[in-house]
Amino acid sequence: MHGGPGTMKLNERSLAFYATCDAPVDHAGFLHKKGGRHTASHRRWFVLRGNMLFYFEGPGSREPLGVIVLEGCTVELVEAAEEFAFAVRFTGAHARCYALAAESQAALEGWVKALSRASFHYLRLVVRELEQQLAAMRGTGGDGEVTVPPRRPKENGCCSAVWSAEPPAAGPRCPPLPPRRRRASTPDRPPDSAPFAQLHEWYGQEVRALRGQWLGGQTQP
Amino acid sequence: MRYNEKELRALSQQPAEMAAELSMRGPKKGSVAKRRLVKLVVNFLFYFRTDEAEPLGALLLERCRVSQEEPGGFSISFIEDPERKYYFECCTQEQCQEWMEALRRASYEYMRCSLIFYRNEIQKMTGKDPLEQFGISEEARFQLSSLPRDRRAACVGTQLDELD
Repeated sequence: MHGGPGTMKLNERSLAFYATCDAPVDHAGFLHKKGGRHTASHRRWFVLRGNMLFYFEGPGSREPLGVIVLEGCTVELVEAAEEFAFAVRFTGAHARCYALAAESQAALEGWVKALSRASFHYLRLVVRELEQQLAAMRGTGGDGEVTVPPRRPKENGCCSAVWSAEPPAAGPRCPPLPPRRRRASTPDRPPDSAPFAQLHEWYGQEVRALRGQWLGGQTQP
Repeated sequence: MRYNEKELRALSQQPAEMAAELSMRGPKKGSVAKRRLVKLVVNFLFYFRTDEAEPLGALLLERCRVSQEEPGGFSISFIEDPERKYYFECCTQEQCQEWMEALRRASYEYMRCSLIFYRNEIQKMTGKDPLEQFGISEEARFQLSSLPRDRRAACVGTQLDELD
């Protein structure tokens, strides 16, 4: 762990768990990483998860050696002694530049593509664009409500299941909603025109109540 | 673990999704609550001494759990150790609610699930894949199959009987 005055704290333990958890990774493979300008390259096992590029001694390692936070970087091909060389470059004074090399042309292309689209900022741009498209299609773009997916994460990255509760959109192109199988009594149900977040919250409560009933039923002798 | 601290510090200086002075207490036994400037930037929660420009620390918000603690307070913990909590106190329950919602949606994983959800919704309505215009429709990380089964259902909408 980093120590001493002036260094930032980071939840490294959680980071290590995130690096090695069994969810599918976004990209993985061997890369050669140059330690410094005049030092040799080390062959490391790299794992891309979200906007974090972890590197391990090998695929079986339990803990990463390090991580590169990929916000604000550019990825570029470089002319170097090694074949299939590329760099992850950050901006600003004395900014880091990670000199890396893949082991084949295909691997090089795969990594450059994956890393250049790995940032949170990029993903958020795409999501916002899709949000707007969907809002425009539903004709709800004007009310300022931001639609959120029907998911109620108690824990980030590990959500309790919920379901889609939007009312059917107007227009002949939209498929009908599948019929609800059963429904608890619904006092105080918000109107179908209520903002999505409100409907989502209401149905989430219904879900929890029904789950409680079901689980209660299961434990009876 | 080594990390590019300089870049992380630079990130902490960027415009935040949310920022406020909150009371913060670390997970260690006997830790004391202190006033901190807390800033949410992408999937990191930075915290500063209230009169300093450089962050004291950062929490990566992946695989975290955000819970209500007493009225007006919340905690952040991580899946691998849910009892190890970072505590925060807000001025009002309203502010607390705002923070909890923002933090629950702050992870890269949540963003990815959102993308898959919107993609699916738009595809259902138009018959077209909206990711094609971005040239990313083939990426494995945006396929439904990249999500664990329980999250797949959440991202495309599911019926009551698919819960648990």
